[in-house]
Order: sequence, then C-alpha cells, then structure tokens
Amino acid sequence: MIAKLDELRSRALGELDSIDTSSGLEAWRIRYLGRKSALTEVLRGLATLPLEEKRATGAAANELRTFLEKTLTLKEEAIRESEIARSIEQGQLDVTLPGRPSALGRLHPTTKLLRHICDIFMAMGFEVIEGPDVEWDYYNFEALNIPQDHPARDMWDTLWMDFETEDGRQPMLLRTHTSPMQIRVMESRRPPVRVIVPGKVYRYEATDATHEAMFYQIEGFAVDKNITLADLKGTLFEFAKRLFGEERKARFRCDYFPFVEPGVEMAIDCFLCNGAGCQLCSGSGWIEILGAGMVHPDVLRRVDYDPDVYTGFAFGLGLERMLMLKYGIDDIRLFYSNDLRFLRQF
Amino acid sequence: MKVSLKWLEDYVNLSLPTRELAEKLTMAGSEVATIEVIGENWEGISIGQVTALEKHPDADRLLLATIDLGEESITVVTGAPNLEEGQKVPFARVGAQLIDGHTGELVKLKPAKIRGIRSEGMACSEKELGISDRHEGIMILPPEAPVGMPLFQYMGDTILDLSITPNRPDCLSVIGIAREAAALTIQATHIPDISYEEQGAPIEDLVSVEIADPDLCSRYCASLVTDVKIGPSPQWMQQRLLACGMRPISNIVDITNYVMLEYGQPLHAFDYQQVKGKKVIVRRGKDNESLFTLDGIERALNTDMLVIADETDPIALAGVMGGADSEVIDPTTSILLESANFYGGSIRRTSMRLNLRSEASSRFEKGISPELAPIALRRATQLLIELAGGKAAKGIVDVYPGRMTREPITLSRERIGRILGVEFDIERIREVLSSLGLSSELAGVSGNLSVAVPYWRTDINLADDLIEEIARIIGYDEIPTTMLHGEIPERLPAPLLSLRETVRDILVGCGMQEVITYSQTSQAMLDRIDPQHKLGPALRIANPMSLEQEYLRTSLRASLLACFAANERHKQEDIRLFEVGKVYLPRGNDLPEERETLAGILGGLRCDHSWLSEEDTLDFFDAKGVLETLFSRLRADASFKPVEDQNLAPGRTAEVIVDGQKVGVLGEVHPRTAALFDISSQPVILFEVDLEKLLSLAGAELRYQPIPRFPEIARDLALVVDADIAASKLQDIIRSFSLVSQVTLFDVYSGDKVPKGKKSLAFSVRYQSPQRTLTDEEVNRTQQEIIERLQRESGATLRS
Ligand SMILES: [Zn+2]
Repeated sequence: MIAKLDELRSRALGELDSIDTSSGLEAWRIRYLGRKSALTEVLRGLATLPLEEKRATGAAANELRTFLEKTLTLKEEAIRESEIARSIEQGQLDVTLPGRPSALGRLHPTTKLLRHICDIFMAMGFEVIEGPDVEWDYYNFEALNIPQDHPARDMWDTLWMDFETEDGRQPMLLRTHTSPMQIRVMESRRPPVRVIVPGKVYRYEATDATHEAMFYQIEGFAVDKNITLADLKGTLFEFAKRLFGEERKARFRCDYFPFVEPGVEMAIDCFLCNGAGCQLCSGSGWIEILGAGMVHPDVLRRVDYDPDVYTGFAFGLGLERMLMLKYGIDDIRLFYSNDLRFLRQF
Repeated sequence: MKVSLKWLEDYVNLSLPTRELAEKLTMAGSEVATIEVIGENWEGISIGQVTALEKHPDADRLLLATIDLGEESITVVTGAPNLEEGQKVPFARVGAQLIDGHTGELVKLKPAKIRGIRSEGMACSEKELGISDRHEGIMILPPEAPVGMPLFQYMGDTILDLSITPNRPDCLSVIGIAREAAALTIQATHIPDISYEEQGAPIEDLVSVEIADPDLCSRYCASLVTDVKIGPSPQWMQQRLLACGMRPISNIVDITNYVMLEYGQPLHAFDYQQVKGKKVIVRRGKDNESLFTLDGIERALNTDMLVIADETDPIALAGVMGGADSEVIDPTTSILLESANFYGGSIRRTSMRLNLRSEASSRFEKGISPELAPIALRRATQLLIELAGGKAAKGIVDVYPGRMTREPITLSRERIGRILGVEFDIERIREVLSSLGLSSELAGVSGNLSVAVPYWRTDINLADDLIEEIARIIGYDEIPTTMLHGEIPERLPAPLLSLRETVRDILVGCGMQEVITYSQTSQAMLDRIDPQHKLGPALRIANPMSLEQEYLRTSLRASLLACFAANERHKQEDIRLFEVGKVYLPRGNDLPEERETLAGILGGLRCDHSWLSEEDTLDFFDAKGVLETLFSRLRADASFKPVEDQNLAPGRTAEVIVDGQKVGVLGEVHPRTAALFDISSQPVILFEVDLEKLLSLAGAELRYQPIPRFPEIARDLALVVDADIAASKLQDIIRSFSLVSQVTLFDVYSGDKVPKGKKSLAFSVRYQSPQRTLTDEEVNRTQQEIIERLQRESGATLRS
C-alpha cells in the first residue's frame, strides 16, 4: 500500500510539472485530491485494513494529502504569477497615443475675470447688483452732475436711442458707464450701502485695437458714516494686490469726474518693467487702471442722503483693459468677435 | 494743450528737471502725455549771416552764398529764391541731421558738389529743421539773432503735451500751467504787465456795444486800435504758436491766438470798417438769417445761437467762429478787438450743431471767468500796438450785466478729516491754498478757514473742492491707507444672477464654449431671423456708428448664428457655443424690457478627429442632451413637444415645457435660415431658453431622498407602435406605475423587421419598492398591467 502511495506521489508530481494553466491545475486537483481520486479511495479504504497497516497507511496517506495540497497551493501561486506576467506582457499600450477627447467647455474670459473681481469685492462685504443697459439721460448724466451742455459730456461719446419726448428731447441712451447704478441703488436704499455693479457699457466710438463700441465696466461704491478717501485707497490698493499680485504697488493721482470730489485715478506699477519704464506703460512705469473718488455731495443730496452725515466713495474700471494687461492681448476687438481660436486659449 | 517750456519760463522759474515737473503736473491732475524736444537733432546747426551772394558761374538759377558763422565763413551753392545779403539763417554743417524735404526722413548732411562747386553745408528751410512744413525757402531768422550761436540754444524748446480735464479751463493757458507749476514747486508767478499808451479818441465815441441777451453773454469788452499794419507776426511769436500747435496767419490773428494761449481767453478781431453803424449787438440769431463764416461756408442761424451783429447783420458766431465779411485782411487798418464771456452751454450747443469745435469754443464751453475778459483784452491791445504799430483808442468798452460776487468758502478741519481720513496742520493747509492763489483767514470757530477763491478758478465752489486742492498739492501719497470698518450692509437675494451663473457653469460642464456678442445688431440681421416681421420692432439707435450696430437685438439667435458662421469660416470643426445675455424688448414710453436669455448652437464634429472613435456629427440629440442636463441640474422637470418655428426645420423642432409653461425651444436650424448666414454645416442645432421664465419655475427645493433599502428588479419591454407615436408618451405611461422606479429607452428601430409604418421601442424598466422586497409575481403582474395600458392608450404590442 505504501508503495502505491509512493507511486501516486511521483505520478502526481510528474504531472504537475508540466501544468501551466489554472484549468490544467484544477483537473490535476480533481484527479489527485478530488472525491474520486486514488488518494481519497485509499483513505476511504483504511477502515478495512488491519490495525497495524491502517495506522501506517493512514499516516502515509494523510502525509501525502497534506503534501499534495501544499504543493498545489504553491503551484497555484506560481501559475497566477506567470499568468499576470503573461497578460502584462501581452497588454502593453503605446502610452504616447492621444487620449479619448472629451468635449471641453469654457467660460468667456470676460466672465472669468468679472467673477474674479466680484469675488474680491464680495469678500470685502460688497454686494453685486446689475442695472439696465438702456438708461435715461437723468441717471447716466444729469443725476451725476453732468447736465445738458456740460463740457464733461465729451468724456462719454453717447449712443442715443431713437426715442423722442413730446418736447423734442432725446432722453433715452445706451449707458456710457455703470455709474447710473449709483443713483438707482441709493434711491432705493438707505445707507450703509456697499455695492458693485458689473455690466456692459456702450460708446459712440469708431473701433480700433484699443477702442470698442461695447465693453464691460465694474462700478463700485460704498456710502456710510465715516467713509474717507483713506478707505478708498485701502480698498482699491487691496483689490489691486489681489488681482495683480501681492508685490504690486499702487498710486493715486488727481483726476476729474463730475460726480466725485476729490476725483482720482489709480495706477499700478508696471508689471512688465517693474516701474522702470517700457512700451506697455509708455515709459512712465505706471499703468492706469481705474477712476475713483469721493461721492460728490450734490449726488448724495439728490438721492436724499445728507452729505453732512454720510460720505462715500465710488470707483469704476474697464474690464477688457485688465484682461489685455493680464494676458498681453493687443486688440480689444478680439473679445466680442468670439473667434474660437481666441476663446479656447482661456 | 501744448505748452512750450521757454514760454512757460516767462511766468515761472522752472526749478525742476523737465521730467520731474511733468510728473508733478501729472500727479496733480494735468497729465503730461508727451514731452517733445524741438531741436533735439540740431547738433551742427548754428546761426549764420549771408555776407555775399553771387551767381553760380555755370548755372543761371543757382547762387553761391557766403555764410559767416562767426569763427569761419563757408561758401555754398544754393537754389533758394529768398536769400538776401545780410540775412541771418540757420546753417547746417556737413554731418548735421536734417529732415529730407521729400521723404520726411531724418538724414545726415553730406558734402555736395553742384556744377563743379563743392558745398560743405547748407542753409535750411523750416521743414528741414522739423519746425513746420514750410519748404519754399530758407528760414530767415530775426536780425538780432547772434551769429555763430548754436540754433538749439537760440530757438530750441521743450513742449509738454498736457491733457486738461474739462473742469480746468484756466489750465488751457500757459499762465494757468505756470500757476500750477508755481504751486507745485512753491514759488510765485510773474504775470506780464498789460498797460499801454492810449492815444486815440475815447472809445465810446467810436463804437457802442449792446448785449441783447445777457443770459448768454455775461460780459463784453472791446478795444479799438487804428493805424495798424497787417503783416507777419515776429519770429518768436510764430515759433511759440507753432510749438503750441497753431498755424501763424498774420500779426493780428496771431496776437489774438497768442493771448488766448497765454491767458485762456478767446479773442476776436473785427475789421472796424466793416462794422456797420459802429455798433456791436450781442443777440440771438434769427431763424431766416445766415452767415458766411471764415471757412467760407454759409451757416444757417437760429434763435438758439448767439451771434455778434452790427446794426444790420450778424458778423460772427459768438465764441465759435468769425464772419468772412468782417475778417481782418490786408487793407484793414482799424481793429475792433473783442474779449467777451459767453455762456458755455450755448457755445457748446452751437459748435456741436454746426460741427465747428474750435480752440475758442472749447474754452468757452468749459466756463471761463468773466473777470478774464478785460485783462486779456488789454494784453492783446498792448501787443497790437507793439507788433502791428497801431494806436489804441482811449479806454475800453466793458459791458458786464452778469457780474457776480463770489462769497468766500468756509472750510473746516473737521470736513478735511472726514473726507481725506487724515488731519493736516492748519498752517500747512493755508500754505498750500496760498500757493494756488487762494487766500484764507481763520474764521470764528476754531479750525475753520474762510477761503477766497481767485477769479480764474471757476471750478472751486465747495469746501470739498478746496479739499481736493489740498490733497492734490500735498500729494495723494500722504493719504493713509485704511480698510472699510463699518458694519457690512444687508444683502438682498439676487436669484436671477445666481441662476444665470449656475446656467453658465452647467453649460460649460456640458462642453459648451461661452461667447459674448454685441447687444447691437443690424436691420439685415433682424430680417434674417424674422423675414416676415412677425416679431415686434427692435429699438433703434438714433446715431449708430454703423448700420451693423443700428438696433438693439430682440433675440440672441442672429448673434449665435453669425458667430457659428464666422468660426466655420475659420475652419473650426466642432462648434458648440452658448451665450447668456440680454435681449431688449421695447416698451413704448418706458425703458425696454431687458430679458436674460440663454441660447446655444451646436454643429460639426461630435469630437475631434481621434484614432479612438469614428467621425460623427453633432445632432439634435446632442443639443437635447445638453438641455436635459441643464434642467435636471436645475431640478426642473422639462418635457419636449413638437412645435413650429420660423428659423427651425419643421419636424425637427421641439418646445421646452416646464410646469406646463413654454420656457424655450430647440431644433435644427432651417436650411433656409442657415443659408442666410452662410452656414454650411448640416445639421446645426439651436436652442433658446428664457431664463426669467425659468427662474419662476425651476429650482424646487432640494430635499434628500433616502437611498432604497430593497433590491430592484429589471425587466426589458420591447414594443411595436405606430411610427408617429411619441416615445415620451409610452415612457410617461410606464413611469406612472408606482412600482416603476426608472425607465430607460435603450433601442429604437424601424426597418424590415417591423411592419411598415411601425417602429419598435425597447425600454429597460426597473421595479422597486421603498417598503419591501418585490416578488417576481408582483413584478410580472405590474408589467402585464403596463402592457395592457400601453396597448389601450397607444396601440402598442409586444414585439415578438
Ligand atoms: Zn513698463
């Protein structure tokens, strides 16, 4: 009997050697360790053997079973490893082939910057409000200290709507700036107010690389007790840093807008030459980015805010100019001609 | 406003380098746009005197000129027609740089040999020196020009080109800029003496002035100068005018221009002989009147225009342009000189109406001080006597119906602090004010100043105006930097804005590119979208820059179609664009309704050429998928129903319905519409959604739904129905069963394997209950009920 077991062992090992697939291994398992295998039969037949032989044969058979099971496990592992190796060997990719394209959508660069700027001011407690593109002369000019025949009207070449009142006036226009919303907001709210107004504005202007008939502005204003020009400086300098980088310097110079007093223009030091003077900053080292000032007392009075109690600041900036500076774009007309070759760069 | 530094130096000592001065002026509000140096390239050019002039031995039309340059004499060949012995001329030695009279380029002078005679230099024209365009003859210098002096030293100059803001008409003058420079460098100005000898008869005997419309003319001053001799003005005056961008004309006209540039007060010289009745009337024009202005154009007048008239006719458009009949020309010997103050608004209206913006009108319209009129008049009269040899009548005419006294302004230190956020020492404030000619006194209450404003500062009327003066002279760098510290105001919700931004993000997530197009459109574009004018009219712009931008759009369609076409021309192969923007719907006498609208357009390849996928074109269902994603993200339950639309193809168009209301439309662009826009892709799909309508419907509050705890059972359902039955109808029926948790249409087939006129639709139906595990029997029973209902309501049969 023992000899039979030895023969079984060498046969099993011999067969196992040539097996190299999981399926072959499974057949081998059934043949040598399955319910109908010779080994199982030996174990099953033990009962009929005389005691002495039963003990010896039983020990040998069990030892053989354990041995075959262990060998099987080792072989299983070896086969799995070799199968993985084979599949890796066969399944190599040319990883330099292009990926499967997914449709890529993008926001217009104007929208992106608009959001960025709104976020900066919202973090300072400003609220975003929008207003109409088509406005009355009153809001666009008169209420902002720019009455009929005022020479400052030259600062805003205006597109007038074909709309006449009975007395022959033409009071409807495409807003030339976002400032009319100063009046509209203050008319409907009591201070304190802290508002920014993004939106399209329009000019009667021949277009060229730096002039557009339609562009975006962001207006901002804050009115409360105790708001000063120092607060305006703080707010706008902080804005400039968040938009153009912590290392940017900013400055105010005197400028004129009829609805603020004092009026200023803000410039940042040129980020191309760091103030040394180059073509971008026309040699001055500074780049003008926005106009601002303290809300004129007559404007406050017009919306029934007492200028002896309340003060405020206002500012307005052109969006496309920021984009042009930020990305080195040399033609403003690119923005609204919507060439995908342009838009897909952002 | 161009200012010559040499001229400026007449009134203020320029202690700073030019760059620094320009920087200070800029910071204080008068931006220096450019700094131009006249004579920058004049090395090697100096003043010479013509000592001898002989005929060229071999050429009739050439001369040999001997030029004394002080240290040496040089003989050169010249063809200039205007040289005479004794004249002083600019002379360029070989190596000097001159502007080529023909090409306009700067070239280095080389020795020349003309008809055998060598020239080691040349006398120059104004053009060659870059002073003006004159090139007919050599520039002749005044007799007192010192021989041998470098030309740059004699007449070089630096010109600042300043942008003057409209509130500062006083700075539209050299003296005005001198005052700024003086204040910024803490010095005094030297204003010229304006006295002159009055030799003639009393002026009242010679001319009378009447202001018929004092609301349009607050002051009218005039002087009379007889026995003048018209001729060119002196070289120095011509140079200064040229430097400031004005063309010299004659001594009389040049003097009026010179004084205008010097003081900022426009003047006008009339030929006294042409003033009928020796009477000047300042009045409104009459409707049937006309006037030939100096430019030779006949101008129709009206009652809105202010004119200067004599006894019978208008002789000038007040403050805008003189009349041709009273123009000062050669035989003129007596000059009636006007220096007046006209109402800016009227001048502005008239000059704009006639499209005649002049140096004079641009000053008047900004509101110059009436106090300036007699001062400038006397200065000009003085120059007339000096430079045109005239005799002045005794006195001046001065009619001043608009006299106003200006009260001092009270300025409190408290207000300065409230506006600027910083306190300044009172003495420092007074020093700053005084440097600008503003005298101040300490008034009553502590810290209050009473400030008297000089006549030329018409822009200062309030305490805050004075505060700006303080800030700009001290410099904004001295203002501290603080952050807003008050309470943050309450915010109102802005649902439309958040919806709009969400929509943008969702569409970008769907692979769409955002565009922003012009709000303005053309009649042609409107017609392409609405050929039969079924929609209401668009708002028209009265003064469009071009016909391309004459109307405000009433839909986004044309913008997107045009945008699509343009990108197609640029060889873009997959185009998916959207815009969220306003359309403008007229509302009679009110401002138009501005409605936020979404529109999208898709066409071309579904994805870029790829080795991974077959080439395939975008179609209706790509666009529909985008809209379905959008509405699902907005939690709006949208359904689609066939509809007709004039721009979209019949049978390939659906309206989008949310809560029973139409919120938009989706469809293939009608081939006729596509052709109008020169679009060649096929198909192109367009969609449009009214965001304001959607706002009121979308966005059911988000509530968490428990994740189902019991297993689902899936069954397929293949049906055959008439080809015209909408898939959504079957889907709706299936979905209406409460045990059905999800229905997915996974196959649509019409062809040989189904009867003609039929189609097969295959749905995958998932059954699930939130309360219990469903049994096969329950599911089978429900599926049977579904089949029966489908059969009843849509004639569907199970596909065998
Ligand atoms: Zn630079």
